[in-house]
Amino acid sequence: MSVATTPVLTGQASAVHELRARAPLFLAVLFGITVLAAIGNLAFPQDSIFHVSTYTITLLGKYLCYALLAMAVDVVWGYCGILSLGHGAFFGLGGYALGMYLMRQIGDRGVYGNPELPDFMVFLNWQELPWYWYGFDQFWFALLMVMLVPGILAFVFGYLAFRSRVVGVYLSIMTQALTYALMLAFFRNEMGFGGNNGLTDFKDLLGFDLQADSTRVGLLLVSALALGLAYVASQWIMGSKMGRVILAIRDDEPRTRFIGFRTERYKIWLFVYSAVLAGIAGALYVPQVGIINPGEFSPLNSIEVVVWVAVGGRGTLYGAVIGAILVNYAKTRFTAVWPEAWLFALGGLFVAVTVFLPQGIVGLFRERLGGRRA
Amino acid sequence: MTGRFNQAIETARCTGRWQALLLCMALLLLPYSVWAADLDSALAALAGASLSKVPAILEEVEAVGGEAAVPAFTAMLEGDLYYRRSDKRVVRAVRDDAGQYQLSDPLSGASLGASEKSALRKVKVSNRVRIHLRGAIARLTLSSEDPRQRLRAAQNLLERPDEDNLPLLRAAIETETDPDVVELLQTALALNLLQTSGDSEARLGAVETVAGSLQPAVRNQLQSMVQRDDDGNYGEEDAAVREAAQRALVTIDSRISFYGSLETVFFGLSLGSVLLLAALGLAITFGVMGVINMAHGELIMLGAYTTYMVQVLLPQHIEYSLFIAVPAAFVVSGLVGVLIERSVIRFLHGRPLETLLATFGISLILQQAVRTIFSPLNRQVFTPDWMSGSLQINSVFSLTYNRLYVFLFALVVFFVLQLVLNRTSLGLNVRAVSQNRSMARAIGVRADWVDALTFGLGSGIAGIAGVALSQLTNVGPNLGQAYIIDSFMVVVFGGVGNLWGTLVGALSLGVVNKFLEPVTGAVLAKILVLVFIILFIQKRPRGLFPQKGRAAE
Repeated sequence: MSVATTPVLTGQASAVHELRARAPLFLAVLFGITVLAAIGNLAFPQDSIFHVSTYTITLLGKYLCYALLAMAVDVVWGYCGILSLGHGAFFGLGGYALGMYLMRQIGDRGVYGNPELPDFMVFLNWQELPWYWYGFDQFWFALLMVMLVPGILAFVFGYLAFRSRVVGVYLSIMTQALTYALMLAFFRNEMGFGGNNGLTDFKDLLGFDLQADSTRVGLLLVSALALGLAYVASQWIMGSKMGRVILAIRDDEPRTRFIGFRTERYKIWLFVYSAVLAGIAGALYVPQVGIINPGEFSPLNSIEVVVWVAVGGRGTLYGAVIGAILVNYAKTRFTAVWPEAWLFALGGLFVAVTVFLPQGIVGLFRERLGGRRA
Repeated sequence: MTGRFNQAIETARCTGRWQALLLCMALLLLPYSVWAADLDSALAALAGASLSKVPAILEEVEAVGGEAAVPAFTAMLEGDLYYRRSDKRVVRAVRDDAGQYQLSDPLSGASLGASEKSALRKVKVSNRVRIHLRGAIARLTLSSEDPRQRLRAAQNLLERPDEDNLPLLRAAIETETDPDVVELLQTALALNLLQTSGDSEARLGAVETVAGSLQPAVRNQLQSMVQRDDDGNYGEEDAAVREAAQRALVTIDSRISFYGSLETVFFGLSLGSVLLLAALGLAITFGVMGVINMAHGELIMLGAYTTYMVQVLLPQHIEYSLFIAVPAAFVVSGLVGVLIERSVIRFLHGRPLETLLATFGISLILQQAVRTIFSPLNRQVFTPDWMSGSLQINSVFSLTYNRLYVFLFALVVFFVLQLVLNRTSLGLNVRAVSQNRSMARAIGVRADWVDALTFGLGSGIAGIAGVALSQLTNVGPNLGQAYIIDSFMVVVFGGVGNLWGTLVGALSLGVVNKFLEPVTGAVLAKILVLVFIILFIQKRPRGLFPQKGRAAE
């Protein structure tokens, strides 16, 4: 099989070089589309053909959050060979952190009208706010937690796993177990995160009404900004000396270690960075969809993210973004028209991409272009 | 004369009415109806009898009818005994859904049609009569031929102590031959004495007798003896007896908690056996090919659905269905496994992470296929009679047959697999490839072929696990998912060098889980086990029994 023997990526230098070359194009397309969509929504009246519906804006915003999550997975998988099946955990934790802030913002506008306690706590007959909810009425604190909580979890997990050299499928299974355990935990009412129903019924964010068109557009722009920043930051990391070591780890970890690099340190910090990206993606996602529940932690969600990256092409950053948006667009269309077929399609996609398209769509195009040049 | 008659009738009741008739005529040339008329007429006296006369009539019925009168007594005890106003016939009447009363003969159970409530009058029953009835029923069944009947009668006597029963109990202990029944009767007698005897010596002796018993009634009685009532008096006046009772209570409680933990161990082993079945196939494929088969759970599910299909196709042979289902599920899941290996995994050699993703895709397809073909709802798989019920060790400890058999089955599968791996040429090849693939190929082992067969074998075992699981949980499209992460944990914990690791890993995780559950709740127990495993692989990253090799890492 020729497919099986093709090297997954071409040499390091060209990969990094390519990232730099693509950055302006990527950023231009990203901001071009979002700004056009924003203008279409706000500047044109409902009946104009240039009008972009708020539904589309929200959908686009959601896709960008997924794209950021996919980029987080790509950073560890595509560049360092760490296949994480648990990035949904970091995404979910980031989402919960912001959700807690939004929950506190409801104040006494909830069904029970309790100014201190969110509705579900009143419903469970809780008398006072649990200690870990303190501080979430401050936006800056919530924002800090959006990055700190996933980061610390990733650090602890990475420290334990990478230091004892858990690699390959073992590591993948452990990450899956991690998100599975979190799902079980968040389903419990006693945890104080709304159990089954999660956090919802949000009203406003920093005083902006979440239902308003302008807020939606604002959130879309912020998501695009976050994605753009993450792209630039990731590109900078991969271009630095640390990035070179990370690529070396992917290609041959024992050899890199023998040369004298403490490979586990690089892996831990890359994992933490990736987790923080996923946490930010979750935090941007929650105000746009208006709910966060333990379903986000389900192992299936996390593994779906991996398939987005695989479809787009791993180890390219923009490939992950393309993959996330394409697959999710397909999912939106499919589940509306023929919901039963979606799992068949997704399953088929897993198999087809791994067997026939190991470098994803990006790889396919690159091969075509390369072929023509030669 | 009635005695011989009783015996004849007793035999006859077991074998049927016609034979009874023949037997009676042959033996004594007396028609059955004459004797039956005796019992019937004795019973008929109940119609309209005043409460004060009822006990005498009951004694008469008991003397005439013997064990044959038990159904009538039971009916009377339950308040179902009436008589018809028109002809004073005593009948058993039960209200049906339509509000009508269905009549039947209180002795033979033969139907006598339906009737309005107004045409009936109830045979009067008071508490005194009820006590009498219970005693009579106990006396009659205690002399039954069937030891199980006698055991039940003894249990009844134990739960309703009554001074009147003392001579009955003593007599029964004298004649009883079955040791279980004797023990139960002695406990009943002692319990009876504890409640009714005024002699503290007798009560002290009784406490000694019941000290080892696990009957709930005994524990309640002892408890009431050592506790103060509302007026501050102890249930038992004599301090020495009270002290003995206290000691007996401690013994009983420690025995109950001992059996309680035995039960937890059993539940844990049962969970462990399920994990073992689920993880064995996974461990083999992982060990040999280094790939994690994420579709393993769905292969288990296919096994469970195969059991369902076998039962649908052979509805009249539910009892044997499992014996057909085990090989059938092995073949179905095994073939699907070989198909997966040949069509997908073969092309992903040396890329374990991609294999993981591809097999995950296959698992989604299989799940959705089952959902489309069968429906997303659970299917009902029947449990054969020989697997239902439970093995009662004593009154606080019993083992359900389905869990017991699944546990034994898992061990059998484990040892058969060990034999296959250690004693057959296939096993030799499998071990060779798993230890050093390239070296094995170099000396002529067809690694491709071994891969396909190993994958088929692992998948077949998943199918067998599905048959076992169909007897314990619901059979639905999500069946596999519920166990898959746990069985991964078993493989990670046990290591892949050796199937013993899987055995030890599965059983210990199962037991630990079940011991944590009552303390922390089921969900937290699962989380704690996961955390434990994450910490465990710090110490031993390759599991309990790692594969030995010289690869430098």
